[in-house]
Amino acid sequence: MDRILEYLKKEREKDWRVELRGKMKTKERTGLERLDMPESDPNVRNKSYIEVNKGLSVEQAMHEAHRCIDCPKPTCIEGCPVGINIPKFIKKIEAGEFLESAKVLKETNALPAVCGRVCPQEVQCEQACFYTQKLGKPPVAIGNLERFAADYERDNGQVSIPEISSKNGIKVASIGSGPSGLAFAGDMIKMGYDVTVFEALHEIGGVLKYGIPEFRLPNDIVDVEIEILRKMGVKFVTNFIVGKTATIDDLKKEGYTAFFVGSGAGLPNFMNIPGENFIGIFSSNEYLTRINLMRASDPEYDTPVLSGKKVAVIGGGNTAMDSVRTAKRLGAERAMLIYRRSIEEMPARNEEIKHAQEEGIEFLNLNSPLEYFADKNGRVNKMKLQKMKLGEPDNSGRRRPIPIKGSEYFIDVDTVIVSVGVSPNPLIPKSMKDLDVSNWGTINVNKDSLQSSVSGVFAGGDIVRGGATVILAMGDGRKAAAGMNKYIKEKVRNIISLVKEFKTIGDILDFATK
Amino acid sequence: MNKIVDKEYFSDNVVKLVIEAPAIAKSRKAGHFVILRVGSKGERIPLTIVGSDTEKGTITLIVQKMGVSSIKLVNLEVGDYITDVLGPLGNATHVEKVGTILASGGGVGVAPLLPIVDAFKKAGNKVITVLAARTKELVILEEQIREFSDEVIVMTDDGSYGKKGLVTNGMEEIIKREKIDLAVTVGPAIMMKFVSLLTKKYKIHTLASLNTIMVDGTGMCGACRVTVGGKTKFVCVDGPEFDAHQVDFDEMLNRLGAYKKLEEQAYNHYIDKYRKA
Ligand SMILES: Cc1cc2nc3c(=O)[nH]c(=O)nc-3n(C[C@H](O)[C@H](O)[C@H](O)COP(=O)(O)OP(=O)(O)OC[C@H]3O[C@@H](n4cnc5c(N)ncnc54)[C@H](O)[C@@H]3O)c2cc1C
Ligand SMILES: Cc1cc2nc3c(=O)[nH]c(=O)nc-3n(C[C@H](O)[C@H](O)[C@H](O)COP(=O)(O)OP(=O)(O)OC[C@H]3O[C@@H](n4cnc5c(N)ncnc54)[C@H](O)[C@@H]3O)c2cc1C
Ligand code: SF4
Ligand code: FES
Repeated sequence: MDRILEYLKKEREKDWRVELRGKMKTKERTGLERLDMPESDPNVRNKSYIEVNKGLSVEQAMHEAHRCIDCPKPTCIEGCPVGINIPKFIKKIEAGEFLESAKVLKETNALPAVCGRVCPQEVQCEQACFYTQKLGKPPVAIGNLERFAADYERDNGQVSIPEISSKNGIKVASIGSGPSGLAFAGDMIKMGYDVTVFEALHEIGGVLKYGIPEFRLPNDIVDVEIEILRKMGVKFVTNFIVGKTATIDDLKKEGYTAFFVGSGAGLPNFMNIPGENFIGIFSSNEYLTRINLMRASDPEYDTPVLSGKKVAVIGGGNTAMDSVRTAKRLGAERAMLIYRRSIEEMPARNEEIKHAQEEGIEFLNLNSPLEYFADKNGRVNKMKLQKMKLGEPDNSGRRRPIPIKGSEYFIDVDTVIVSVGVSPNPLIPKSMKDLDVSNWGTINVNKDSLQSSVSGVFAGGDIVRGGATVILAMGDGRKAAAGMNKYIKEKVRNIISLVKEFKTIGDILDFATK
Repeated sequence: MNKIVDKEYFSDNVVKLVIEAPAIAKSRKAGHFVILRVGSKGERIPLTIVGSDTEKGTITLIVQKMGVSSIKLVNLEVGDYITDVLGPLGNATHVEKVGTILASGGGVGVAPLLPIVDAFKKAGNKVITVLAARTKELVILEEQIREFSDEVIVMTDDGSYGKKGLVTNGMEEIIKREKIDLAVTVGPAIMMKFVSLLTKKYKIHTLASLNTIMVDGTGMCGACRVTVGGKTKFVCVDGPEFDAHQVDFDEMLNRLGAYKKLEEQAYNHYIDKYRKA
């Protein structure tokens, strides 16, 4: 920790930083207003897939960058799960060196254009910012600035391809191509390894592709990042499900030395209430996959989707929010969000809640579904709801919802999207007997190296955390890469020291036959 | 991208395709299926792996023309490539020596039945198979099924071939004649429902291989869910075979119809485009 502080201090004392700080008084800086992210018109965007947040202009980014006072003890960094050197990248923007700024981001964050869009900054870096903590003012818009720098680099065709150490020829694999797998691959290829990413689906990107909709994270943005990894030499194999197409043991025989499991938490939960399997009731994963991955709403594509007029989405997280906003875009007259607690307890990001409200989403808070009914064709047409009230806080610290007796009522619906959480994908654990798994099905790993109970098999992201965030998944991918590198180096060292002990060729042959 | 190396028409609507897929060929077992996609705008559809050749690195599929996706697939020729093939998916059939097996297959369900019958025969069981179709032209794979069965009975709705009657008529005759240790059924949901009712009456343990609608085939979406023994199960990862007597076939039949209207529209749209081209 001290070493990091030391390093940050040294960076902060560099001439350019000192000079920049001197250009404007702190008072002046803190007097500047935070700029809101420019957004598309709610009544236009709720009928199309255009991105809601439009990004800052150069002038706006410069203005916002001036607000950052370049604190001696930058608390924002402590709030960042991967410890981005936040003041440094912001000051690079203030200096007008946008490409340099993007480079700073990439030192610690493999996918800044993605994180700038989907990270919950309001509970991370921006929550920890000096403005929030000490001044009681809106924080520096760190997320918007991150997105600005990353977009600037991409839009100017100047994306830097990081340097790669000389190839060492050691084959390693990532299982899954979500953010954890991509971050892992990026770090390992830089260290000289021969990296292959295996993905079960026909597209690379995991939730970034099949889950998060275009209007929040355009697929192009993810594709640019994947293209960079490809140029760096990462091999991507789609339509390959590890544990089925081939097991980890099979891949070992093909020369892979170590594995990173980033297979995500893909299994949708249902509530197991009567009528849940009627036509028109989907998991959010199915609904979003049909639209985002299979492009069901485009008539040129073969995959169909049922697009209702009266859509109810059950849940209060990002996934529920993405589903209900997608339903609105598919032409729902009523797009309703049904959540059993109040808006304050919703796990979705504040920004998403705000955007949803602007787009005309109806919030039915303190409500929980009890049963579904269907028409003569088996399509859902009605649901029974029960009103709830809030009681004492539960383990999660949120107030527990309590059903109000006798408050049951009915509403008409023709589509229901169940978004009540996901469970870890059991495929890998099922195909590896010795893998230590928790009661919830997540893979148990060593906290520092992220190595699992099976030597040479590392894991991270949602398959370990059971559902978290893009940035935490990416952080895990990088941590596992470091852990794996150490593990392999140690192994190599052991072999070398063994070989050194051999006195004759006979010793070596003896060892080899053992 | 997987290359088609052989193609054979069993009838106007039923086609056998042999496809290059070395890794799948090596790891597949009876009961497994693949999900494939034709073209970059195609839909993901499940098809049973009917056979494989590990030396040549190929798998065999048998497809019946149903709607847009199966037609697109059948229209591919030897040398063409299938955009995506993922597998093997699902759980392999639990095969052991139990005695006498009564297998029943209807329509294109005979294709998925073939590897199962083969496996049970090789495990030393006596296998009796009842094949059913609406009419003579729709009876497929009779020769191949005969190879792995001790006895084959063909039933047609209109009596144009074999015996006249439903699959259950043929089965009941056998059940009355000799002791059956296990029944296996693959076919349209409605057929499996009635087979299940019949074997329940005679208390014969029955496996049904379910062909629900699927998207990913990896357990991620729940499109394939069915109720088995009162619990929701995902056919792609928990199945595709289940204890038939526990399956809620009425719910499954309902869910299979979910996209009927859209499928018809897509079909007409496609045929229009095809005619114009
Ligand atoms: C709709 C939605 C919205 C979200 N919004 C946000 C947000 O705004 N901000 C945020 O920070 N987080 C958000 N999240 C959460 C975030 O996306 C996840 O925490 C993150 O993607 C987890 O990354 P991962 O690498 O662990 O796995 P995933 O992204 O789930 O990727 C796992 C990949 O592995 C593949 N796979 C699985 N098993 C195998 C196998 N055996 N062989 C080969 N491949 C396999 C899967 O097909 C998948 O592509 C959202 C999630 C969803 C579903
Ligand atoms: C595990 C599994 C294994 C399968 N194995 C085979 C196989 O070996 N050979 C094969 O030909 N088919 C098989 N199927 C069925 C095959 O996947 C569907 O026929 C195919 O998806 C139809 O797609 P389509 O676009 O051509 O037709 P669609 O346009 O989707 O459908 C056209 C018509 O067929 C009906 N239909 C669609 N799907 C099914 C279904 N699963 N069962 C009954 N009727 C349906 C629709 O209701 C509609 O009326 C299997 C399905 C599963 C789940
Ligand atoms: S805490 Fe806020 S003001 Fe201080 S360096 Fe970080 S972003 Fe700038
Ligand atoms: S097909 Fe998606 S879960 Fe089975």
